[in-house]
Amino acid sequence: MSTRRVVITGIGLATPIGIGAEAVWKSLLENRSGVRRITAFDPGRFRCQVGGEIEGLSASQYVPKAYRKSTKVMARDIEIAVAAAYEAARDAGLKTRCLIERGEAEGPPNFDPTRLGVNIGAGLICADLTELAGALAASTDESGRFDIRRWGAEGMNNLTPLWLLKFLPNMLSCHVTIVHDAQAPSNTITCSEASSHLAVGEAFRTISRGAADICLCGGAESKLNPMGLMRQQLLGRLTTSGNDRPEVACRPFDVSRDGTVIGEGGGLLVLEDLEHARARGASIYCEVTGFAASCNARSWHEPDPQGRPMTLAVRKALADAGLRPDDVDLIMTFGTGIPEQDASEAAGLRAALGDRAGQVPALAIKGAVGNSGAGSGAIDLCIAAMCLRYQRIPPSRNVTRPDPACGLDLVTGRPREAGIDALVSVAYALNGGQNAALVFQRLEV
Amino acid sequence: MARPDRTNGDRRVVVTGCGWITPLGDDLDGVWKRLLRGDSGVSPTELFDASTFPTTFSAQVKGFDLRRYLGEEAAARHRDVSRNTGFALAAAQMAWKDAGLDDFAGLDRTAVGIYLGGGEGPIDFDNFVAAAVSAWDRQAAGGRGDLDTRRWAEEAEKRLNAVRELEQDPNMAAGHIACQFGVEGPSFNTLTACAASTQAIGEAACLIRRGDADVVISGGTHSMIHPFGTTGFNRLTALSTRNDSCMTASRPFDRTRDGFVLGEGAGILILEELQHARRRGARCRCEIRGYGSTADAFRITDIHEDGRGGIAAMRLALEDAGLTPEDIDYISAHGTGTEENDKIESLAIMQLFGEHARKVPISSIKSMMGHLIAAAGAVELITCILAIRDNILPPTTNYQTPDPNCPLDYVPNQARPARVNACLSNSFGFGGQNDTLIVTRIT
Repeated sequence: MSTRRVVITGIGLATPIGIGAEAVWKSLLENRSGVRRITAFDPGRFRCQVGGEIEGLSASQYVPKAYRKSTKVMARDIEIAVAAAYEAARDAGLKTRCLIERGEAEGPPNFDPTRLGVNIGAGLICADLTELAGALAASTDESGRFDIRRWGAEGMNNLTPLWLLKFLPNMLSCHVTIVHDAQAPSNTITCSEASSHLAVGEAFRTISRGAADICLCGGAESKLNPMGLMRQQLLGRLTTSGNDRPEVACRPFDVSRDGTVIGEGGGLLVLEDLEHARARGASIYCEVTGFAASCNARSWHEPDPQGRPMTLAVRKALADAGLRPDDVDLIMTFGTGIPEQDASEAAGLRAALGDRAGQVPALAIKGAVGNSGAGSGAIDLCIAAMCLRYQRIPPSRNVTRPDPACGLDLVTGRPREAGIDALVSVAYALNGGQNAALVFQRLEV
Repeated sequence: MARPDRTNGDRRVVVTGCGWITPLGDDLDGVWKRLLRGDSGVSPTELFDASTFPTTFSAQVKGFDLRRYLGEEAAARHRDVSRNTGFALAAAQMAWKDAGLDDFAGLDRTAVGIYLGGGEGPIDFDNFVAAAVSAWDRQAAGGRGDLDTRRWAEEAEKRLNAVRELEQDPNMAAGHIACQFGVEGPSFNTLTACAASTQAIGEAACLIRRGDADVVISGGTHSMIHPFGTTGFNRLTALSTRNDSCMTASRPFDRTRDGFVLGEGAGILILEELQHARRRGARCRCEIRGYGSTADAFRITDIHEDGRGGIAAMRLALEDAGLTPEDIDYISAHGTGTEENDKIESLAIMQLFGEHARKVPISSIKSMMGHLIAAAGAVELITCILAIRDNILPPTTNYQTPDPNCPLDYVPNQARPARVNACLSNSFGFGGQNDTLIVTRIT
């Protein structure tokens, strides 16, 4: 079997600072923040009342007309994935079923649909609390207590028959396969914040081994609902100092960091076999050359103080790409703004990259977009690919006093021009112990 | 530096250990004996009060106690786990021992990975419901009622518990397993509905083939026998409602089938690179020979009527294995007992296997232990491995009335001795997920 090379030919983003690759890129260059007081519901009694909301997103704008009614059974996470998929397919110049049926491309497809795969990282999708609480409240007894026998006999009928399908994590990828007619392997990785990197890594492998020519891959999630926000609050991950100044609430790697903020969002990349991309004349962002994953063998809920799993992932990913630490020109960090998590990540990067870790530019974008869980990594990966394309690094919002203990050279304040041949992007799950790293390189011609 | 070879096409993947927690028990050979005897693991649901639900029964794991598998000390460390993570830890412990890894000192733990098809943990039902109900403002929205999110925030913070919320995440089983066995390699969890653990094992085999790991702890775990799980499947009308005869309710391929029976449990396999296994003198139970994965890209609720996704998954698995339909001695069907699945799965087998379709025995152990959802494929693959070991096929029980749409040999009601060298196992999931594995006797 010959070795197949894999490149990125499309990027789709749906984030609190914009929808579409160029819109998000522009917002980052302008150092804009997408974090503000939550408006999707009244956050008044939550400890952290800010988050990154996507404004004006409706999946019905991103599907063929005939599929619009299906958007009623899409949780917010699914809507974000469907929007990102449309943006990515369009950016890549793929004539998918979606674009053809919308009249935006002329058929037939410029690829084989049985060779188009989907690999999306998803979170634990929260039930729509308003819908569910209303149904549950209709099954209470005279004293106002929930009565499961009433629920079983009649109460559950207040839920739509397809209720379960709104919340299955694989529905992100399933809707995307249907909308774009993607019939090759479809996988759903559910490893919290590491999901996107693992999904993209697996798509890379899927194409390498010849099981698909193209993959739409990445992740999406929204924890911006009363259940998701409550979970993060209970887990003590959120900053509580940002309610008065949301736009500076999340400060990755800053000495003053004190927690993360939730966002909603995600991204999908189009990964493609290099020869396939060249044959159809696709525009290429960069090459995916390395991937590795690892896990924490000591704790399923606390970061390793030395960042050992991060070190393992980065070392193996570089080896996979055939690179040395000195070849890395940009570190796309995960940077959640949670004090001990950022410290662990930085320690792991320093152990893997040595002196190089503090010498090359690093970027952390969650100050601008928040932490969108399983969708976070994909946003990072899309931005990383754009840094390679434009040879430019946007500033890391809200990093004003980089923590010297972290030892990273974060780009702050204004964009930095830089010669970038190779970068590493990392992610880790806040719980579960999964870590992953990907290496992107400028395509050698 | 030169780029390393990405293919490593000569690395073969074998199974060196198996463990399971099922509605029919937990010991490898005991459960196998019960399957061959045609026992049923189905009974009225006791995990919650389902007496008024459209479906009042399920296939439950009874009397589960993690201490029995891990010992007091280790079980105490994992005391807060969800039901499905507990199943996974117990099954992994048995598989690890079965593979002889518990007393093998030379393991490179950075080359041991995890790839599970693990479900989400059951919601903290009583506390969640109490908070949700008290946050419902009946007078709001002109008497239609609305959620008072301020009230919710107060009630939920009081009632919900951080650890129980954390442990619901589907990647937590993998997290606990990593710590239990001290492994540091790649760790994945996939959740592609009912196809998840078959997909996990297929992808785990790819990790080993490529050299990303030498050993992978793979399989699946799930429990949806809880009020919202049963509600969800009942609303979809996917479950059998044969409440007066629950032990015969799961009737794959029978004309009177009326839906699947919800089961729970875990199946864990130790996958290992063949030379790695041989070097340490491990017993190799069989080879993971082929894997195929496709999407229907059709509808979220229905299978494509031509069975095109299932056909393609089986065809790709055969190609990957370098085998033809005639080489397959047994098909472990997805065989859920729903009208649509069994008809289209039979059609897909007929389309791909041609003449041979009528000759190849097919059965569904879901007739006995129900549908373990994300864990189903792993448990079914273990039965394929045992079928190869013992040259005998488990039956499809409760099969009485042939269905003209399902005209194949479903090994009705009686286990059957047969020469078994190669088995094909199917798993299909909501949303059009299709995954097929082929396991063979090691030659």
